[in-house]
Amino acid sequence: MEHYTMNLTLKVWRQKNSQEKGRFETYQVKNISSEMSFLEMFDVLNEELIREGKEPIAFDHDCREGICGMCSMYINGKPHGPWHANTTCQLHMRAYKDGDTIVVEPWRANAFPVVKDLVVDRSSFDRIIQAGGYISVNTGNAVDANAIPIEKDKADNAFAAAACIGCGACVAACKNSSAMLFLSAKVSHLALLPQGGPERKSRVLNMVAQMDREGFGACTNTGACEAVCPKEISITNIARLNAEYIGAGLVVE
Amino acid sequence: MQWSEFFTSSVGKKFVMGLTGLFLISFLVIHVGINATIFADLVDPDENGAMFNKAAHFMGSTVLIRILEIGLFAGIILHIVQGYMLEAKNRSARSVGYAVNLGNRGSKWYSRAMGLLGTIILLFLIIHMAHFWVKARITHTLAPVTYNGVEMHDMFSEMKAVFSEGWVIAVYVLGCISLGYHLAHGFQSAFRTVGVHNNKYNSLLVNLGYGFSILVSLLFALMPIAMYFGWVG
Repeated sequence: MEHYTMNLTLKVWRQKNSQEKGRFETYQVKNISSEMSFLEMFDVLNEELIREGKEPIAFDHDCREGICGMCSMYINGKPHGPWHANTTCQLHMRAYKDGDTIVVEPWRANAFPVVKDLVVDRSSFDRIIQAGGYISVNTGNAVDANAIPIEKDKADNAFAAAACIGCGACVAACKNSSAMLFLSAKVSHLALLPQGGPERKSRVLNMVAQMDREGFGACTNTGACEAVCPKEISITNIARLNAEYIGAGLVVE
Repeated sequence: MQWSEFFTSSVGKKFVMGLTGLFLISFLVIHVGINATIFADLVDPDENGAMFNKAAHFMGSTVLIRILEIGLFAGIILHIVQGYMLEAKNRSARSVGYAVNLGNRGSKWYSRAMGLLGTIILLFLIIHMAHFWVKARITHTLAPVTYNGVEMHDMFSEMKAVFSEGWVIAVYVLGCISLGYHLAHGFQSAFRTVGVHNNKYNSLLVNLGYGFSILVSLLFALMPIAMYFGWVG
């Protein structure tokens, strides 16, 4: 692809802290390379802001390889920007052309309070995982990986669910701010495997209870979560979660 | 886990929505099936709604069906109240909205408008019940008609009278369109909500849902239209 440079107008959400009311600030960025990543473009803008003695824009990022789930940004109305199955860090500026205006907002959900600018607190996800997103194994020698036979389809579906990086794009895109795609990926991942069997019922009940405590909305199966998920987590997982929850909730005493 | 815990959880509340939704879908099958007997007039001009009147009489005079009617009301009320409670809770989960919305890039508009569509259906239901149900079951102000020595309500004539005004037809068509879109999402969503997670069945249910929504809303809408234009009756 041919290299080109562009000048852009950025409308970025600025918010000092979780208490203060935020607002949009408009910035002009010049000579942005089409080969830069979206976050590198923000790095360039921040360098400039620092040179001018202004507060740089706070945003989350870590691996910049699309696997850690740290980056967020609601870009022109879509989590992680315009590309399908992509994270913000893997979004490149060739997605834009000279003169474009880009609106960048933080994830919006009461369960994800804004910490600063584009950074939101996603520790509610951590607490959902702590409520049951694990298996309990007695320590000792590691068991041979092939000792437990697992049906190929189930292993594949479990693996696909385990690809969830917990970025929260599903919550950001959902009109209900529901965390069901995230939760269903975590529950499906373990419910499909024999290792997840012993805690299968308590896991789903505890994780849903924690999700509700965190203030996420309920799922209405609109499919917006699946459409924006950088890891293409299937909405079928939500139906599986429902089955797991109903199956456990109606029998556990 | 207590029953109350299950039914007050987000998944439990949705389970109730899904179950009542499926129950109401089964009611629609009966309702549209019985009402479609008005079209018997198309093949037999002497029919004059006899089949429909007899069917309506059977529904109103059979004890078991009257008991089921109580269940139907309970189901409708539960679906409405729970629906509004969920809508309120879901809306309150995001206090600060977006400047630019995802909109139709992520989902179908009618899947996001279930509350609005449901509200239109509710308003339609109030008018619809005032037109027929109240007269048939509460005030008994329908003209009588006798078939084989059995006196019953002439519901067919009442339909013709009600569907003689243009605004009524407009209200009914709007109600049917809203019902069609509500079902287009609700049918397949209800199955997912109660836990159907087999992709083979889910894709079948999506298409079945579209077919059902179009068929039911079209048949219902054709009833007032056919009577207004005098195709039937």
